[in-house]
Amino acid sequence: MKRQQNIAEAGIAGPKVRSDCYVRLELTEKGGIRINLDSKVKSLYGSSIEQLCSNVFEFFGIDNVKLTLKDSGALPFTISARLEATVRQISDTGKEFIPDMIDENKYPSVRDRFRFSRLYLPGNNPKMMLNAGVHNPDGIILDLEDSVAPTKKMEARLLVRNALRQVNFYGSERMVRINQLPDGLEDLKYIIPHNVHVVLIPKCENVSQIKQVEKEINNLNKKHEIRQGVFLMPIIETALGVEKAFEIASASENIVALAIGLEDLTADLGVIRTNEATETLYARTRLVNACKAAGIQAIDSVFSDVGDMEGLRQNVKVSKSLGFEGMGCIHPRQISIIHECFVPSKEEIEKAQKIMDAFYTAREKGLGVVAVGSKMIDLPVVKRAEKTVNLAIKLGMIPEKPQTSTFKPQT
Amino acid sequence: MPETKLAKNAVGRSVPLEINGKPVIPYKGVGKHNVAGAKHGPKINTCKDFPSDGNKRVGTLKEALKKAGLKDGMTVSTHHHFRNGDLLANQLFDIAKEMGVKDLRWFPSASFPCHEHLIQYLEDGTIHHIEGSMNGALGRFASQGKMKGVGVLRSHGGRYQAVQDGEVKIDIAVIGAACADSFGNSNGLYGDSATGLLGFALADSQYADKVIVVTDNMVPFPCVPWQIQGNYVDYTVEVDKLGDPEKIISGTTRITKSPDRLLLAEMTAKFCDETGIIHNGFSFQSGAGGTSLAVGEYFKKIMQKKGIKARFARGGSNKYLVSMLEEGLIDYILDGQTFDLEGVRSMAENPGHVWTSPFTSYNYHGKGNFAGMVDVAILGATEVDVNFNANVVTHSDGYLLHGIGGWQNCLFSKTVILPIPLFRDRIPVVVDEVTTLCGPGELIDVIVTERGIAVNPLRTDLLEKLKGSDLPIKSINELKDEAEKICGKPEKAHFDDQIIAVVKWVDGTVLDVVKKVR
Repeated sequence: MKRQQNIAEAGIAGPKVRSDCYVRLELTEKGGIRINLDSKVKSLYGSSIEQLCSNVFEFFGIDNVKLTLKDSGALPFTISARLEATVRQISDTGKEFIPDMIDENKYPSVRDRFRFSRLYLPGNNPKMMLNAGVHNPDGIILDLEDSVAPTKKMEARLLVRNALRQVNFYGSERMVRINQLPDGLEDLKYIIPHNVHVVLIPKCENVSQIKQVEKEINNLNKKHEIRQGVFLMPIIETALGVEKAFEIASASENIVALAIGLEDLTADLGVIRTNEATETLYARTRLVNACKAAGIQAIDSVFSDVGDMEGLRQNVKVSKSLGFEGMGCIHPRQISIIHECFVPSKEEIEKAQKIMDAFYTAREKGLGVVAVGSKMIDLPVVKRAEKTVNLAIKLGMIPEKPQTSTFKPQT
Repeated sequence: MPETKLAKNAVGRSVPLEINGKPVIPYKGVGKHNVAGAKHGPKINTCKDFPSDGNKRVGTLKEALKKAGLKDGMTVSTHHHFRNGDLLANQLFDIAKEMGVKDLRWFPSASFPCHEHLIQYLEDGTIHHIEGSMNGALGRFASQGKMKGVGVLRSHGGRYQAVQDGEVKIDIAVIGAACADSFGNSNGLYGDSATGLLGFALADSQYADKVIVVTDNMVPFPCVPWQIQGNYVDYTVEVDKLGDPEKIISGTTRITKSPDRLLLAEMTAKFCDETGIIHNGFSFQSGAGGTSLAVGEYFKKIMQKKGIKARFARGGSNKYLVSMLEEGLIDYILDGQTFDLEGVRSMAENPGHVWTSPFTSYNYHGKGNFAGMVDVAILGATEVDVNFNANVVTHSDGYLLHGIGGWQNCLFSKTVILPIPLFRDRIPVVVDEVTTLCGPGELIDVIVTERGIAVNPLRTDLLEKLKGSDLPIKSINELKDEAEKICGKPEKAHFDDQIIAVVKWVDGTVLDVVKKVR
């Protein structure tokens, strides 16, 4: 092992820190492994924490070290990620100390699942990860990009890797937002082998970015013998990206959605972002159009005022009316409102069911015209009604086989 | 310290047969302890010993304490109406120190972080020990085995019972009142230190040997309403300032913004809705904690949606409860502790906002009390075990950090729900066995955690109503396993043999002990 430096630090300590720890490692010439543990949970977990530290040192072949660990109730996956982050600073080890994958995290995702809500979590904050899944977002995004300080990128990769294996996502789609390329390609090494479902590619402006990410994922899949594909969700955050939206949306069959990032986009446009968002109306409708043309989902930006639930509600309603099928969130309390708004209302479902009934009846009778009451229904309206009914069935809002379904295929 | 004789009580805990030199009875089970005999009788007084014009004013608190005969070994009581803004208890013991008095037993209705000032008097022998909640620094001090005597923790109702039954004979009660007349009639409603009510001082006024009322707002006779009656009072004192108004407002009386706690509150409200607990004319106990307040807000939404109202809400009042009263969603607030100025205003203005006391609401040795009439009580806990026993006074590391408050008394409500996180910073909250047993599991019905809801198997009626519910109903053992899966199996906290405090049950028997932390 080649020495780079003797002392390394990682993590964070302090009176307000919860579920995290601070690690200071000093390589020594002799004296064996000396652990100075200061932990809030020492009386309950002191010996298991020390055991974990010893295991990590043994794994990396470190025999003489002085460790200071200030622990604010960090779970083992966090402690080992922080330790590994320090070890990587003082050695050029190629090894990774990877915790077990819990059984609950071994589920796959599917291409056309709902993505109404995706909860963003800062990739270097273990506290927020622990309960994210119990709030039932459709997706959880562990973010390696904007929410992680440039000097903490490596720490965050290790923490996100461990979280993908150890934190129960409770069925949410498992997403990671990587950094802008080329750093983002390095990120992939730490996430692809750990059942990540969707990779979010920030500031996407051209097809070549998609191809680069895909190539790296393919390499990693081969290396780790992973057969399951990884979905991609490019984020459009620049004027150029908006102009290229359709090309990007149709660049790969692994792309399931495009998301729009209004904070960066308004900066790029040189306009002020407002709650009404008229300044980005063109960009958003263009993005929706591109997604529909490519047959993928269009996902709207986050609503950043977490205290304004009414504002959020209005925002989601507009979003849905423009054709978006989901939205990012930055606070768990936003999830239920987003779901409420994207889910079709009872009235919408009833109306759609009536139209479908009329359609089936007309088909059965061999009529060329569909009518509800005295009103003629055009075929595109039927198509939209069918989408609503299918959505309601998938969401469990109405039974799978409505008794009205008397449709028999015509020969 | 002399050898203490121990006996196993009805919940299997080893408890002493003697505390601070006096015999005590081990806990026998809910409703198993019979009592006989008469209540404590304070001595008879005569008007001829008191000023005929009713003016009982003396110049200073020190003078009043001297006249009351403060001396070594006495029991002195104070009350926590001023919460963390209390200045009186600290002043009282500053005077005791000046007078060179030793070995006092402090009998507060609760202590707060502001009373850290008193640690010096515990160290120098002015105060022998505390019988009342020991929070924060005082709890830490006691947990380290530094207090000379053994602390005694009682519920608010248990405190009334102990005084009434003569278990604790108060020599001098010092009652701080926001408003008083020179005769001693007093209330907490008006003045700079307004706190709403003075219910925690009721027992002291009725049973203490000497009663001193201290106020920073002396009004001409009559001070009405007289929450404390002057006929019980020996001396009245006027001071510049009794409390720090900003700190009188309890820090916990704001609805939580934590998404995890809001989720607990939402699940709790949904549970109450699905099981029919929320119905027209129902009643609920609302605590001051952020989660408990949030439950109230969710109740409000459900009640508005259904067009129903509650007959009464019991517990600490605050602006949220007051708004429900004023919007006609509750007929009455039966207020035991007023947590903010909106509560104080409402109590002064609204006949539907009624002040109560531990006697009316909680005293177990009476002809009934209000707690049992409440449909649902939403309470907290530091730990719950697989037998539904709960702890509210210590943390899993063994440190004494909270008082019992009205918690034990509220366990007699028809349904008791504890919304608690499954773990806090790696510390499992649902455990094999609670560190300190403060409430027997047979009285605790529902544990709501963010990862599932456990219903006490004794409550078959609730389980029946939940059939077909999409709420995440699990067994308490499943919850415990889940906590351990996430946090790891905890080691047992290490304790010394020294008992630093005991936990009394509502009937005065000893439920558990708190030991010195190693």
